[in-house]
Amino acid sequence: MRNAFETGTIVAIVAGVVGYFVIIRKSAFAAHALSHVGFAGAAGAVYLGLSPIVGLLSFTMGGAVFMGALGKKAASRDTQIGIVLAFMLGLGILFISLYQGYSSEAYSILFGQILGISSSDVIFTVISGVAVLAVVIIIYHPLLFASVDEEVASASGANVTLISLGFMILVAFTVSIAVQVIGVLLIFALLVTPAAAGVRLTGRPLLGLVYSIAIGLLITWIGLFLAFYSPYPVSFFITAIGFLVYLGVRGFSWFRHDRSRIVRAF
Amino acid sequence: MSNVTSNDSKMVVEAKNLGVGYGQDLLWSGANICVGQGEFVAILGPNGAGKTTLFRALLGNIQILEGDLKVFGGAPSNARSQIGYVPQRRFIDSEIQIDVREFAMLALLGGNFGPVSRAKKARARQLVEESLRLVGAEEFIGKRIHELSGGQLQRVFMAQAMARSPSMLLLDEPLANLDMRAGANLAQAISDLVKSHNVTALLVAHDLNPLLPYLDRVIYIANHKVATGTPDEVFTSENLSRLYGMSVEVFRDDRGRIAIFSELEGGNHH
Repeated sequence: MRNAFETGTIVAIVAGVVGYFVIIRKSAFAAHALSHVGFAGAAGAVYLGLSPIVGLLSFTMGGAVFMGALGKKAASRDTQIGIVLAFMLGLGILFISLYQGYSSEAYSILFGQILGISSSDVIFTVISGVAVLAVVIIIYHPLLFASVDEEVASASGANVTLISLGFMILVAFTVSIAVQVIGVLLIFALLVTPAAAGVRLTGRPLLGLVYSIAIGLLITWIGLFLAFYSPYPVSFFITAIGFLVYLGVRGFSWFRHDRSRIVRAF
Repeated sequence: MSNVTSNDSKMVVEAKNLGVGYGQDLLWSGANICVGQGEFVAILGPNGAGKTTLFRALLGNIQILEGDLKVFGGAPSNARSQIGYVPQRRFIDSEIQIDVREFAMLALLGGNFGPVSRAKKARARQLVEESLRLVGAEEFIGKRIHELSGGQLQRVFMAQAMARSPSMLLLDEPLANLDMRAGANLAQAISDLVKSHNVTALLVAHDLNPLLPYLDRVIYIANHKVATGTPDEVFTSENLSRLYGMSVEVFRDDRGRIAIFSELEGGNHH
């Protein structure tokens, strides 16, 4: 449980920060696809008798470099990304069928296995998480500029291709550590949901990041707590609480923006 | 935010026999353009003629295929920091729920690596608020960018560009999609900016008439050729006929507004 709590906390912070940029860059589907690329890698690693994290990281990195090199616009090419995603999922299934061991391995890659996290996984998560956060702190301003306004950022001399590439590598790392908590299929719950809510709550990017982290931590901690005292899986609680928080935030911003209209109607 | 030009005779843009295009294909050639500090210049011509391409050349983003182009007396790529570029944009994605002020501040802080000091941020905020006031957009400070109308958004884009105190503004179709009143108001605001800050403005437009009272110069691009001069010099039947290689007639009404008709079509209002 302690390992789960530590890992969950780090993942929630890192995913909250990286997720914020995933939202404003409209790269949610690309991030989702990266997790599927990671699934093929993780399943391949398991088949070869390696740690899943080795496959996860190497495959998501490869995918990130490929997508990043194509630029921000490429990351929103839904059709091509979807085709690659389907192929990667299929490849993962092949590796799993080749692997004659426990199907629980496949299950944990797909849906997460935070309660079974080892101490070495925690160390890996801490190191990767701190590295990702350090890079975000360094490139925060150029990344924000290029994410909001790529054309003007480029005209004022920013290397937007390099920024896009660097960002996708950050997403690859984040996906690789988040998969342990929430699994490949549910990656949205930590990488997208808290940030999507955070973005709506404020027009100030730094504050949006803080909200995004806070929401991520909230749903992870409550999810872990509920799962520990109940027979149901953590992933369910995390996704369900995230969904409710997002609904609440949408309702709140709707109320705030349309309140005047409602008042006038009466 | 004011620009002091040490030498007024120095040209901001100087093109000699310039030809640009993509790959080896010339989009237009033989352009001789001179633009001085503090001039308001409109770039006109049909769609696809290469108006935005001229901006790309001025920003040093494309290869020059023929002739010579100097911006602020040097290579275009060395002049970027003196240029405020406002590309043609209709909206900022609604997923990007960013404040008007924070959006404009990106132009000032976006180049910084690592954390930015409080003082630098406060300075950026002050500069941005000044330039939002300058373009008449101070009332949008508390709003989010996706809540603005087309005309309001163009003002914020301009304020963002002006916050860096550029010596030249490149505005790509800021008047597109605006209603007549908003278009006229924005044209006036740009003209005021040009006069009060001695900034050079190059503006791509489809419709000449809202700009006509303010323009110093016109660059007309059509049929792979470029004509430049004052509006009176460029918009003559003889000139446009030569440019298009067919008979084109230019009419002026009693208020100086211009309409253009070619031999092929009924009428094409400019």
